[in-house]
Amino acid sequence: MLEARGIIFAYKGHKVLDAVHADVERGEVVSVVGPNGAGKSTLIKCIAAIHKPQEGAVRIDGKDPLVLSRREVAKQLAYLPQSLLCRFPVSVFETVLSGRRPYFSWRPSRKDVEKVEQIIEALALSPLATRDMDQLSGGQRQKVLLARVLVQDTSYLLLDEPNAGLDLRHQLEILETVAALAREKETGVLMALHDLNLAARFSHRILMIHRGRIIAEGTPFEVITGERIREVYGVEAQVTRSNGHLNVHVLRCAGEDPQTPAHGL
Amino acid sequence: MTGGCATLRDRGAQAATRARPATGRAAHRQVEGRSLFLLLMALLLVGAMAIGLCVGASGISTADVLLALVRDTGRTHDIVWMLRLPRILMAALVGFGLGLAGSVFQVVLRNPLASPFTLGVGSAAGFGAVTVIIFFSPGHHLIGVAVGAFVFSLLSAAVMIAVARMKQASSETMILTGIALMFLFSALTSLFQYMGTMQQVHEIVFWFFGSLSRAGWREVGLAAAMILSPFPPLLRAAWDFNILIHGDESAASLGVHPKRLRMWAVAAASLITAGAICFTGVIGFVGLVAPHITRMIIGSDHRFLMPGSGLMGGLILVVADTVARTAWSPQVIPIGIVSSFIGVPFFAFLLLKRTREYW
Ligand SMILES: Nc1ncnc2c1ncn2[C@@H]1O[C@H](COP(=O)(O)OP(=O)(O)O)[C@@H](O)[C@H]1O
Ligand SMILES: [Mg+2]
Repeated sequence: MLEARGIIFAYKGHKVLDAVHADVERGEVVSVVGPNGAGKSTLIKCIAAIHKPQEGAVRIDGKDPLVLSRREVAKQLAYLPQSLLCRFPVSVFETVLSGRRPYFSWRPSRKDVEKVEQIIEALALSPLATRDMDQLSGGQRQKVLLARVLVQDTSYLLLDEPNAGLDLRHQLEILETVAALAREKETGVLMALHDLNLAARFSHRILMIHRGRIIAEGTPFEVITGERIREVYGVEAQVTRSNGHLNVHVLRCAGEDPQTPAHGL
Repeated sequence: MTGGCATLRDRGAQAATRARPATGRAAHRQVEGRSLFLLLMALLLVGAMAIGLCVGASGISTADVLLALVRDTGRTHDIVWMLRLPRILMAALVGFGLGLAGSVFQVVLRNPLASPFTLGVGSAAGFGAVTVIIFFSPGHHLIGVAVGAFVFSLLSAAVMIAVARMKQASSETMILTGIALMFLFSALTSLFQYMGTMQQVHEIVFWFFGSLSRAGWREVGLAAAMILSPFPPLLRAAWDFNILIHGDESAASLGVHPKRLRMWAVAAASLITAGAICFTGVIGFVGLVAPHITRMIIGSDHRFLMPGSGLMGGLILVVADTVARTAWSPQVIPIGIVSSFIGVPFFAFLLLKRTREYW
């Protein structure tokens, strides 16, 4: 189990996380939702041992990532950042291969290369394999980065808005892949998501955070209610249930004149 | 959900039934191509050094040069062993060092405009060397000059790291800081010139023109130590650099300590810069251009990029030095000028063409 307890984190005195906890079992998909600036990315970075929380502890199958070497952590826990830089020409293949870095020191083994090939094939990235990263569309790039996280072969995945800025199909493809991974390889997934509909559909549990605190946690149906959406996001929304799926219809900004047209979330 | 979104296992199974995927073979070819490129560059460098050894103002024939290499033939022997050979070795070493340091600065600051000179590290090293030359003249020791150069190059590199660490320091901010440092240290050097004695001014000017002419064996030895000793640890960190390209946070999640890596890599690159600068003066440009030329040809895998940039830098400087000695013989054009004349058109050509598919 991957768990974080009582995480308190502040950027230069500005408290961003206040006693936040989270846990993910293997094979489970947990989504962290909440408005911009709620602290989702910060929470994920604290768990990924990129930030050291001022208080609280993280345990990966009972072990403290701050005590393990970075390389050991990298074999247990993979992290997909919200955005990635790339100022130099690096090919898709090389980028994915670098995800195997925790396992080799100079020359990737045959097994490393085969794993990379398999994932590239599985995500239908083969036609792009020798292209440079800066020649890809946003969706393609995000898939490559997901591939890089997947070859890392870890028990747990931390994904920070893996589908931000992608079209519908790419969003679904990425989340389907993640769901398949949890199902088939028993990977535990903790991801920050913006889209409540997708979060509800692809997660076993949801963690809603607002201003650095956990507002609610539980199954999608327990957490995502019209009332909470009004409270946390400040919009009126109608939450319905059809064929076992939860649907969030955003109506309008809360407190506004009902006649004004609704804005998208 | 439509049937278009197959599960991971479906696709993995499809992949397994096929022959070895083309991606792996293409990648394998890439690695072979890059190794071949390094070999080719090494051969070109040795060839250029051999040619450089055989031509010069004194007009010794190739046969005599070869003879002088193995036997004491008097004046010719002295020219080859005391003048040409150390000079050519120095050119190769300095070029190698500047190219290598450039590739390291570029990746750790994640800034394609970084180089020993655009960061001010070169000028700082120069100032350090000049300070020692002035204050400990005439009895200054070679090692003292090297230490002075290194201390000041570290100082300016530390400023660059601090700026890079400041939140959202953009490429432009870093380069502007580097240019400011460059002007600061140039101004300080000029001040010394202004206040110095005739003899001191002469030494500074001589030094500052970027000259290989005073390279003797002792200088070559010390420069080699400073330039080559940081190379193995840097090369060993090649994969860490490859990962650092995508940002500190993703690097940290893959087992790298970005800050630690940046610290020691910048210190190593500063040592290399100091070694390249302190006996030859300010030879710019190579440190910026050699990594770019190499990257355009073989890409950003630092296992190949670092040695490749070094070899490219060495080649540029050896060719430039040979041209500098022979084009206007017996006049010797300052090497910095010639290396720019040679490097710029090549760089422009690659920049416009910008393909690297053939490797
Ligand atoms: N590097 C940083 N330095 C200072 N403040 C930051 C930094 N990163 C994020 N913050 C602040 O922390 C809060 C939470 O940010 P973040 O975790 O990125 O939110 P989310 O991912 O939920 O949108 C925001 O108020 C943001 O301004
Ligand atoms: Mg975020």
